[in-house]
Amino acid sequence: MALLEFKNISKFYYGNQVLKNVSLTVHKGEIHGLVGENGAGKSTLMNILFGMPVIHLTGGYEGQIILEGVPVSFRSPAEAMAAGIGMVHQEFMLIPGFNVAENIKLNRENTRANLVSRILGPKLRTIDVRKNRADARRALDRLGMALDETVPVGGLPVGHMQFIEIAREIDKENSKVVVFDEPTAVLTESEAEQFLKAAQKLAAGGMGVLFISHRLDEIIKICDRITVLRDGEVVASLSRSEASVEKLAELMVGRKISRLTVAEKKSGSQKPILELINFSVDMPGERVEDLSLKIYEGEILGIGGLAGHGKIGIANGIMGLCPARGTVLKNGKQLPLGNPMRMLNEGMAFVSEDRRGVGLLTDESIELNIVVAAMQSQNRFLKRPLPFFTLEDRAAIREHALKMIRELDIRCLGPQQTVRSLSGGNQQKVCIARAITLSPDILFVSEPTRGIDIGAKRIVLDLLLKLNREMGVTVVMTSSELAELRAICNRIAIVYKGRLAGILEPTASDLDFGLMMAGEYEQRGAAQA
Amino acid sequence: MMAMKLELAKNSSVLTVRIRQKLIEMAVPLLFLVLCGIGAYFAQLSPVFLINEIIMRMARNPLLVLALIIPVVAGMGMNFAITLGAMAGQIGLIIITHYEINGITGLLVAALIATPFAVLFGYLTGKLLNRAKGKEMITSMIFGFFANYVWQLFFLAFVGSIIPMRNEKLILSTGVGLRNTIDLAGIRQSLDNLLKIQVVQGLSIPVSTLLVVALFCVLITFFMKTKLGQDIRAVGQNMEIARISGIDVDRVRIYAIIISTVLAAWGQLIWLQNIGTLNTYGSHVQVGLFAVAALLIGGASVTKATIWQVLLGTFLFHTLFIISPVAGRNLVGDAQIGEFFRVFVAYGVIAVALLLHAWQKYASTKKL
Repeated sequence: MALLEFKNISKFYYGNQVLKNVSLTVHKGEIHGLVGENGAGKSTLMNILFGMPVIHLTGGYEGQIILEGVPVSFRSPAEAMAAGIGMVHQEFMLIPGFNVAENIKLNRENTRANLVSRILGPKLRTIDVRKNRADARRALDRLGMALDETVPVGGLPVGHMQFIEIAREIDKENSKVVVFDEPTAVLTESEAEQFLKAAQKLAAGGMGVLFISHRLDEIIKICDRITVLRDGEVVASLSRSEASVEKLAELMVGRKISRLTVAEKKSGSQKPILELINFSVDMPGERVEDLSLKIYEGEILGIGGLAGHGKIGIANGIMGLCPARGTVLKNGKQLPLGNPMRMLNEGMAFVSEDRRGVGLLTDESIELNIVVAAMQSQNRFLKRPLPFFTLEDRAAIREHALKMIRELDIRCLGPQQTVRSLSGGNQQKVCIARAITLSPDILFVSEPTRGIDIGAKRIVLDLLLKLNREMGVTVVMTSSELAELRAICNRIAIVYKGRLAGILEPTASDLDFGLMMAGEYEQRGAAQA
Repeated sequence: MMAMKLELAKNSSVLTVRIRQKLIEMAVPLLFLVLCGIGAYFAQLSPVFLINEIIMRMARNPLLVLALIIPVVAGMGMNFAITLGAMAGQIGLIIITHYEINGITGLLVAALIATPFAVLFGYLTGKLLNRAKGKEMITSMIFGFFANYVWQLFFLAFVGSIIPMRNEKLILSTGVGLRNTIDLAGIRQSLDNLLKIQVVQGLSIPVSTLLVVALFCVLITFFMKTKLGQDIRAVGQNMEIARISGIDVDRVRIYAIIISTVLAAWGQLIWLQNIGTLNTYGSHVQVGLFAVAALLIGGASVTKATIWQVLLGTFLFHTLFIISPVAGRNLVGDAQIGEFFRVFVAYGVIAVALLLHAWQKYASTKKL
């Protein structure tokens, strides 16, 4: 009998279908791999399994989840956990001020009855510190971790934190299924090795393991069955013997955006329009360190790299949204850092990766969103009927907004519709419309296709290409999706651990890109030579 | 020999770093210790009088300050709304005064009556603060102000008119509203006198009250070691993680506030039985402010507070309370100046502590 079964799961977010009839089965003692690109729907599937509030707030899901033959639908993570489903999170769910044992036993502490609890109820039972420590010790030992269970988690290396999370799952007596969400992403090689052994031990003990990872070699090494998700659909379900890294990679990527223009390298201008020298940005989780980079006039420069390595930080640092150090030269002139207004005035515009948070005034109209930056930084779309009084120039705004809606093909009811009610792709177009309203010479675009459906992705990329070709705007596009960088960029800079790992042609081989993103390009290159 | 010397040098440098850290932690209490020293020098009070006053205050005040600890541990900052707890305590006192239940029985009955009120008020405060996550302190402060005017409306306008009550000793001569001051002669010092040791003339120790304070210190320590205490600590450290671990965050926060409010109600009873008169419209007003100031002077912050900080803070703040009017009179011939200084200190220390907290938070987000 199947331990856990997803049956025809479908899910919509704001009108976008993110999961389409997904079915998969995990058996007892099986390690089931789940692979897919960013945005393929893996996290959404797990959120559904755990009954995360975000699922219910956005209208629930269709289909059925069956645990040990019984249909279940969890309303909260607590319910899922009570039913024996555990999760090791991508972001650590550890309390830094608590020690290792306290974290492992979090909300499952052993307690002893005392006089007060006999009168006032079990909430007042005494925590049995010694027993908790013993339990924690046992779980850590099963993982082969020598870590002291009484030290606070706060200062520990990330590798250890991962094992504490796993120890917590091991310690739960009723655990039936454990989900690992990219557990090895933060581990060193030897730690990853140790982790994989631990996962195998869990499965051997009769648990079902659902293993999500980007590291395909690991997946093939330990998984008994592998399900591949692409754009919210199951495209294949393979046994280990059928799978190979190449095959999985192909299935994951599948029908991809093909290159839109064939290396039609514009101008060949070698004149740097923007130069970064020893540029560092303090963006939490996306730090940039000592990065030097030249951006040439009229090109489309792609910035790629894995999440957390700092690619997002570059544009945020230049535009003054995050504290930055170093030198930024525009046409040879040094610019002050940390001053967004100045940067806008210097002809640079930014389409943020955080569309709903930073990018848009979501409760305002489309037309206001399009002109607001130009009103603020360039005093356009304003009129002054009296001294000291500035009013918006409604007619000019309307005219410009209509023009933008037409040109960018923003699908809406009219310029006065609020931005919140637009779909992701159309919101992104509004962001781009605002940026080009500033008539910039450099346009920074971060994650332009995140969270929008595949058709809209193509339109957004076409639009960027058009801006570059027809209006001569230099475009710096940051994206997690290599395929889309390769579709339109002239050059692609890869960032690794906050530094520039190298710059590649879009036609360079997958291997080169892969090695560079993993920070191994130079060593391997040297080895080959 | 050389190696040993090196080892010693290393140990001593570790020690100095430790001492320095401790000094930074203790900066605020030390500053106030110096202020108290200077004040005591100028006040020229007799030691017996001073010690007697300090012991009396160490008996009657700490419970109100202790009431603040649990919300701090729950990550909700200083609960200025303990004002509502104080009000619950006073409701108990008004009722026992009306029915003339005297002595220690009266005090216990008052505590019994006050508790359900305090639980209700705490529940309401907790509900409110759950809707103002991240802004609990200012919300609790304003809620305290609001409650004060509801109190006035109720006891000044409703009692005697809507709520029939006839009692010459309590009601104003118009027949509507409570008197400004209510004499608590029936229960005056009933707890203090239960077990009181006279050491010398003018110096007596209210052992019973001190024991009650000690009991509550032990109870709070015990409470923090229970399951609920652990949940409160987890919620205080990170609400999100606590929630994902299956802890009902909102409920735990409400519990924390209810406990705080109930302790404040009992704290107000102990305080007022010592004072002996109830200032109907004033006794509760500054309870929150003074308790918060005392706790901060003890070296606590809005995210971390211990029982020792409660005791140290109460000691320093109230020593300053005793000394500063006298010192002011001796220095500039006006007791009011010393009083001004003390109030200035109370507000000032809160402002500085909040500023320090904001600054530390800012520094920790900047430093990666």
